[in-house]
Amino acid sequence: MLCDECKKRPANVHITKMVNGVKSESHLCEECAREKGELTLISESKFSFPNLLTGLLQTGSGIGTPVSIPAHTVDGCRNCGMEFSTFASKGFLGCSQCYTQFEPRLDPLIRRIHGNCKHTGKVPKRIGGAQGVVREIESLRRDLAKLVSDEKYEEAAMIRDKIKDLEKRLSDQV
Amino acid sequence: MPLKDIIEGTYSAWMSTNAPHTDVALSSRVRLARNLGDIPFPNQASPTDLARVAEKVEKAVSQVPELSRLEVMRLSEASVLDRHILAEKHLISPQHAEGAENRLAIIADDESVSVMVNEEDHIRIQTLLPGLQLGEAYQLADNVDDLLESKLDYAFDEQIGYITACPTNVGTGLRVSIMVHLPALVVTGQVRAVLSAVSNLGIAVRGLYGEGTEASGNMFQLSNQVTLGRSEQELIENLHAVTMQVIEQERATRKKLILEMPEQLEDRVQRAYGILCHARLMTSQEALKLLSDAKLGVELQLISGVDGETLNELMVITQPAYLQKLAGQGLDPTQRDIRRAALIRERIRTK
Repeated sequence: MLCDECKKRPANVHITKMVNGVKSESHLCEECAREKGELTLISESKFSFPNLLTGLLQTGSGIGTPVSIPAHTVDGCRNCGMEFSTFASKGFLGCSQCYTQFEPRLDPLIRRIHGNCKHTGKVPKRIGGAQGVVREIESLRRDLAKLVSDEKYEEAAMIRDKIKDLEKRLSDQV
Repeated sequence: MPLKDIIEGTYSAWMSTNAPHTDVALSSRVRLARNLGDIPFPNQASPTDLARVAEKVEKAVSQVPELSRLEVMRLSEASVLDRHILAEKHLISPQHAEGAENRLAIIADDESVSVMVNEEDHIRIQTLLPGLQLGEAYQLADNVDDLLESKLDYAFDEQIGYITACPTNVGTGLRVSIMVHLPALVVTGQVRAVLSAVSNLGIAVRGLYGEGTEASGNMFQLSNQVTLGRSEQELIENLHAVTMQVIEQERATRKKLILEMPEQLEDRVQRAYGILCHARLMTSQEALKLLSDAKLGVELQLISGVDGETLNELMVITQPAYLQKLAGQGLDPTQRDIRRAALIRERIRTK
């Protein structure tokens, strides 16, 4: 079957429309369909993060508790002045303080995006300081538990010593 | 290497085919999003704030000897065309190329590392390597990150990790991605099923030029969706494992195509090669499509007149900004189509 529009290329987009109860069918090639804007529904979705975010914040997704913003509350970040409603429409926060200031409302959102709310990755060496060591000890403790349950006691002993060293380093720092 | 050479040079290190799995995996990319603690994010910052960020980062780069191979470029001093070339080379994002004031592009001589300053976040460290080398690309980025952090105070929170302008990037601030070429899965109609399976595993799929772009030339970009709650290592391992599966699928399908429809397959790649060698007018969409077919022909050893690196290079230099740079003048679409066809003929014939 050839495209209804250009009558040259084969039709590979088949569209059935119901407008006011009247059914119409058209068979187009991909190029003509794109030109006529028929393909935008399928391939180029306008499903950007800010659009999605606005949806999530305003209506909730129907699953779990919607994150509701009380109407007409004017509240800005004390550091940069960003208002929560601006964030909701644009998808960007204004400064690092926004995260603390909007925490009660951001937390459920972050949980929804990432399925999680606790960073377990890299810690900056200099400002992270003790935090990095704490993170390393946590990770070693998990290893230790696994080794013990696997009855690999020799390796477990080595990990235990390592944890002791790190804990000592930590208490020396304080 | 001065930046002039980076902009004018047509070959980048990521185009090499001397790396793991380049028959399917084109390039590996890592991006780390970082912000300075005491200054509002670029979307909310004043020009003075942004100038301070640029100044601080530039100073940090100059103070760390290990970063001396990075060249700092102020986008306000670059022409619109040069900025678009940096985007076509994947060194900066198309969004970064749009604005100029107080924005920096800091680029390593071999183009494996680039740092965007004052894009969506204050600092975005990017690394780009050929083939499937996600761990290597991360190590490179991690190292630059440590060096910058030795001089800059990052916004970091114990609970949610590295702070970013958009909450989709908080935590590790890490986006690790791979560009894969999937002609066989596309031609057999399996790509949608494969990619939708992949998206159930926490992997996002995008087109050739990143967010919001369409897949063209059978190129797809796979990347991690989530940045918080998992370690860098876990995110990288997950993408690596998924990519290996996709690579195996693509390879198996290519084998099947050769076995079951050798004439159709050879006809397709030889036609593409013929058109590339002889066409006089070519749009960039057509070029990407034909280059993809020819690439498949090279991988399957069906055509020998051209190598994979030349095809990778052509995918970049047949883009509008590059063509105009090579021509030394602005070109209307028809002139571009003429130049593009000529450039492809010349490159393919000289190899």
